[in-house]
Amino acid sequence: MRLFPALLLLLAAGVSHAATPLQIGQAYAAEAATSQPAFAPSAKRGEALFRQRFAISEKMPTCASCHTDNPLATGQHVVTGKAVRPLAVTANGERFSDPAKVEKWFGRNCKEVIGRACTPAEKADFVAYMGEAR
Amino acid sequence: MKRLALIAFLGCALPALADRLPLPAGTPASYKSECGSCHLAYPPALLSSGDWRRTMAGLKEHFGSDAAVDPKIGQEIGAFLERHAGNAGKLGSAGEPPRISQTAQFIREHRKIPAKFWQDPRVKSAANCEGCHRGAAEGRYSEHDIAIPELRR
Repeated sequence: MRLFPALLLLLAAGVSHAATPLQIGQAYAAEAATSQPAFAPSAKRGEALFRQRFAISEKMPTCASCHTDNPLATGQHVVTGKAVRPLAVTANGERFSDPAKVEKWFGRNCKEVIGRACTPAEKADFVAYMGEAR
Repeated sequence: MKRLALIAFLGCALPALADRLPLPAGTPASYKSECGSCHLAYPPALLSSGDWRRTMAGLKEHFGSDAAVDPKIGQEIGAFLERHAGNAGKLGSAGEPPRISQTAQFIREHRKIPAKFWQDPRVKSAANCEGCHRGAAEGRYSEHDIAIPELRR
């Protein structure tokens, strides 16, 4: 229950309020804990999700299709060819700093690559991995 | 005499104008964030207003991706694009769905590019302006400033 104020704060903060990856991860973890009381984010599970091959989309079977196998590396959009800046926070300090932006891209990319919305638990794990990846 | 010099100057300067396509002043932030992540936030003058309208109406199926935006933001972006759209007659047809790379203007400007460069992994797609025009994000499209050395002039 301790985490709920953080979640409320983030939601109230609105469109472009700056946050840290830890705060964003905590907000998702708090949301996950409402249905899994013992939930704790796992960077390891986040990495597994990042590397999993879903093969829902022909062009984007996995996150790595655009982001490469290495979240510290610059990727390339598999259709347009545009450079995609690294996902890992150590390589790109802008990542996971805007809750609305994070939510938007989970929304778009989970649907496109996994074929469904990601759960709060998956999002918390993913953010934990991207915050830790070295 | 002064006027003549001015005309002569403009005559030299005009062809270079096509090399400069910066985003208009007052471009909404939503255009860059919603339309500039998967591809460059394209200069609105590269499609006609009718083609932008069709593009905005079809965002749910945008070249294989769901790129739908919040209706209010969509309205803001659509109005901006149509306000700064290019001349349909000069651009030529963009096809269906509209593609900047299918307009007669785009094809003419790129007619000397050998096919193999379009497939080069550094370029990958005609959608990837920055694959060759490294200053594209700042509106610089000069043929002298090309990222691929073999294509530089």
